[in-house]
Amino acid sequence: MATESDLSCNGLIRRFGKTAAVDHISLDVPAGTFFSILGPSGCGKTTLLRLLAGFDKPDEGDIFIRGQRMNDVPPNKRPVNMVFQHLALFPTMTVGDNIGYGLKRRKVPAAERRKRIARVLEQVGLPGLEQRNPQELSGGQRQRVALARCLVLEPTLLLLDEPLGALDLKLREQMKVELKHLQKQFGTTFVYITHDQSEAMVMSDQVAVMKNGRFEQVAPPEELYREPATPFVAGFVGDNNRLSGEVVTLADNMADIRLDNGEVVRGRLAANGLSSGDRAELYVRPESLMFTGEALKDGFCAMQAKVLTTLFDGANSRVEAENGGQPVFARLPQDGTAPRLTTGAEIRLAWDPKLARVYGAGQS
Amino acid sequence: MNASASRLSLWLLLTPFLLWIVLLVLVPHLQMLRVSFQVRESWDTLAWGLEQYQNFFSESYYWRTFVRTGVMSLFTTFLTLLIAFPIAWYIARLARGRSKGILFLACLIPFWASELVRTYGWMILLRESGLFSSWLQALGWVDGPVEMLYNDVAVIIGLVYNGLLFMVVPLVTTLDGMDENLVEAGYDLGGGHATVLREVVIPWAMPGIVSGCIVVFMLTLGSYLTPILMGGKDSAWFTEQIFTQFITRFNWEQGAALGVLLLVLSSLMVWLGLKLTGQSLRKVMG
Amino acid sequence: MIRSVPRSRLFDALYLGYLVAFFVYLALPLLVTAVFAFNDSPFPSLPWQGFTLDWYLADGSAGRTGLFHDDSLLGALWVSTKIAFWVTLASVALGCVNAVLFERLQFRGKEFLYLLMLLPLVIPGVILGVSILVFYSGTANEVSRLWGIELDVFRPGMPLVVMGQVTFITTLATLVIGARLRKFDRQLEEAALNLGATPLVAWFTVTLPWLLPSILGAAAMAFLMSFENFNTTVMLTGSDTPLTVALFNRLREGSTPVLNAVALFLMVVSALLALFTLRQKGSG
Repeated sequence: MATESDLSCNGLIRRFGKTAAVDHISLDVPAGTFFSILGPSGCGKTTLLRLLAGFDKPDEGDIFIRGQRMNDVPPNKRPVNMVFQHLALFPTMTVGDNIGYGLKRRKVPAAERRKRIARVLEQVGLPGLEQRNPQELSGGQRQRVALARCLVLEPTLLLLDEPLGALDLKLREQMKVELKHLQKQFGTTFVYITHDQSEAMVMSDQVAVMKNGRFEQVAPPEELYREPATPFVAGFVGDNNRLSGEVVTLADNMADIRLDNGEVVRGRLAANGLSSGDRAELYVRPESLMFTGEALKDGFCAMQAKVLTTLFDGANSRVEAENGGQPVFARLPQDGTAPRLTTGAEIRLAWDPKLARVYGAGQS
Repeated sequence: MNASASRLSLWLLLTPFLLWIVLLVLVPHLQMLRVSFQVRESWDTLAWGLEQYQNFFSESYYWRTFVRTGVMSLFTTFLTLLIAFPIAWYIARLARGRSKGILFLACLIPFWASELVRTYGWMILLRESGLFSSWLQALGWVDGPVEMLYNDVAVIIGLVYNGLLFMVVPLVTTLDGMDENLVEAGYDLGGGHATVLREVVIPWAMPGIVSGCIVVFMLTLGSYLTPILMGGKDSAWFTEQIFTQFITRFNWEQGAALGVLLLVLSSLMVWLGLKLTGQSLRKVMG
Repeated sequence: MIRSVPRSRLFDALYLGYLVAFFVYLALPLLVTAVFAFNDSPFPSLPWQGFTLDWYLADGSAGRTGLFHDDSLLGALWVSTKIAFWVTLASVALGCVNAVLFERLQFRGKEFLYLLMLLPLVIPGVILGVSILVFYSGTANEVSRLWGIELDVFRPGMPLVVMGQVTFITTLATLVIGARLRKFDRQLEEAALNLGATPLVAWFTVTLPWLLPSILGAAAMAFLMSFENFNTTVMLTGSDTPLTVALFNRLREGSTPVLNAVALFLMVVSALLALFTLRQKGSG
C-alpha cells in the first residue's frame, strides 16, 4: 500500500434481507486523522461502524487495520475501541474500574493500572475522580470517562458513535472543540459517525457523506461545502437554495439556466453530460445571495424575488422569499447593510455564478 | 457467535426449563387427570370410568361446597378490589415523597407473617374470649362474651386481609405509571369525577386490576387455613374436601377428580377474566 | 381526585379516615399476636397479666415450655429452614436460567413456553401439591408393587416438599430476575467485548453484577415463600413436619402464647429479610 493507513476497507457490503445497509463501501483513513461519516439516520452509518468494531460481519468485502485483515477477528481481539452512543459506562463499577476494565483484561498489573488510570483521567481533565460512580457525574464528565476508557488502551483506531447526541446544545459545542483537541493530543485515529453536519465539519480532517448505504462524497469539510459532488451533498451540508429550470447554454464549465418564471441565471457545472434543453437544478447558498439595487457587480447574475417574511435569528437572520413559486432563502447580514424588507416587496437577489452549482435534474 | 454455538447455548438453557416444567408441572397434572378417571374395583385392580365425577354431581355436599367456594371467592376478590383501589390511588397519586414509600411498605406488612400467623391474629381478635369481645364488654355495649369467629363474615374478613397485598401492589404500579395530565385533560374537557374515573382512570389501570384480581381470586379459591380456622360448621371450603379425600380417606381417585374440578374452575375464571377485559396473561403477569 | 383538582374538605377528611382505618385493619392482627407473646397468662387473651419472657425462655419446670426449649417446634423450625434452603437454591438457579432463556434468546415457540412458565401462578397451591403427590407417590407405589423397589425419595417427605415448592417459586424468581435483565443495556456487554473481554468474562464482570440485586431479592423472596407456605407443603409432608404444619397442628389442639412467640419470631425474621432486600435495592 502506498500510504500508511490505519483503516482501509474495500467493497464492504452488509445486507439485511433484500436491502443493503452498507453497499460497496470503500474507504481509506490515514493514521492520525479525524475521519467523520456523516449521514441522515438510517443511512447505514451505524451498521458500518459495527462492522468495523466486529459486532457484525460483512457479507462481502474486507476490512484492514494497519494492513491486517480483520474480517475473522472477534471484537475483543481487534485493536479498535468504541465510544458508544449512550456511552455504555458500566453502572456497577466506579470510574476507575471502568477505565481499568480493558487494562485488567490485558493483565496489566494493579500498580501499573492505577498509574495509567490516574494519567488518562488527568489528560481528559478529570483528575482524581477514580472512586466516583458514573451515575454521579455530569453528562460532559461521563463523556470524558467513556473516552478515557478507550484511550487508556491506546487503540489504533477509536470509533465514536454519535457520542454527543445526548448532550444539550451548549455542552455539545464545547465538547466538539474539546474532542478535536484530545484527538490531536493523543494522535489516535478517530472514526466518528454523526448525523449532525456541524459536528462533522468542525472536527474532521475528512468527511464521508453517506446515503442509502453508499458514500456520496469523501472530502475535507471545506471542499464539501464549496464543491458538493452531488445534489444530496449540496442539500445536506450547509443550507442551500434549489432552483429548477432548463439549460440554455453551456460554456467554460458554466451553465445558463432559464428558471420557470423566464429569468436566466448562471452557475458552475457540477456534473458532465448536460446539454441545452435538459432540466437542471441550480444550488446557491443563502449566504451567497446579495441584495442589490439596479447596479450589478461585474459577472454577477440576479433574479427577482418576492418577500414572504423575515426570520430574525441574530447572525443567522434570513429572509424567506419566492421566485416563481420556488422558495428562496437569503441571509440578512446584521451589519446594517441589509435593506428593510416588508412582506410583498419585490427584491433583486444577486450572486457570483462561481459560487452556484448546477446539477442535472433527477440526478439525486 | 456461530450457529452451532448458539444452538448449544439454547439447549443448555432450555433443558433445565423443560425439566422443571415437564417433571413438576405438566406430567403431574396429566397424571392427576388420568387418576381422576380411574375407579378402584379392589385393592389392586383399576378400571376406567366417570364414577368420581358422578359422585361429585350426585352428592349435593360436594357441588354445593364447590359453588359456594367459587361465589365467595368472587365476592372476596371484588371486595378486595373495592377496598384496595382508594388506598392504591392515594399511594400512587396523592402521597408524596417519603410518605409514599412508607405507606407502600406498610401495605407489605402482612406479608411479613405467614397466612397461618395472620389467621391466628384474627382468631385472637374475633373469638368469644377475644379482644373485640372483651372491649365491647368493657365499654358496656354487650352483657356477655360475643362470638364473632366461625361464620362467613369472619372468613371473608380473613380472606380479604390475605389478598390485599396482592391487589394493592399491582394497582399502585399501574396507577403510578399514569400521566396526571390524562386526568387533568379529562376534567378540562368537562368530565365529572365519575366520568373521569370510568373513562380515563379505570381503563388505564385495567392491567393492574386484572392482575390483582386474578392473583387474589386464585389465592382465595385455593386457600385452606383461613376458611378452616375461621369458618363455622357449615362454611366448608372446597380445598378442605380435597384434603380430606387425600389425607384422611386415602381416596386418591376421588381427590384427583375434585382437584381437576377446582383447576378447571380456576382456569375458567382466569380465562374469562382475561377475555372480558381484553388482557393477555403475558401482559398481566409477565 | 388528583392534587391539582380541588377537593372538598369533607372528602379529604373522609379519605384520611379511611386510610387510617385501613392501616389499623392491616396492623391489628399482627400487633395483637406480637403483644400476647409477652402476656403472663396461659391463654393469649385479655386481661393483661403482666410482662413475661416465659413463652420464649421457660424450660418446662414450672409447667410452661418456651419456644427455645420446645424441641418439637425447634425441630420443625430446622426442617423448614432446610427446606427453604434447598428451595431457594433450586428456584433461584432455575430462575436465572429461565430469565436468560426468555429475555436474551430468540427461538421458535418462545411465546408458548413463556405462557407455560407462567402457568404455576394460576394453579392453586393445593392442586400443585396434590398433583405432585399423585404422580410421584403413585409412581413409588407402583414401582414397589411391581418390582419391590422402594423409591423413598418420592414418598411424602422433605424431597417432595422441596419439589412442590420449587414448582411455583421458580416462576416468581424468573419474573423478578427477568424484569431486571430486561432493563439491562446490551451495549454494556458489547462495550466489554470492545475493551477486550471474552463473552464469558463479559457475562461475569458486567451482566452478573447488574443482576445481583435481583438475584438476592429473588433469594430472599424464595426463602420467605418457602418458609411460610402451607397449602402445597401440607399435601407433601411426611414424618418430619415443617414449622407451618406443626403450628397448624398445635393450633387445632388449642392456642397457647407459645404460638404467639413463634409468630413474632417469624415476623421479625421476615422483617429482617425484607429490610436486607430493600437495602440491597437501595445500594444497587
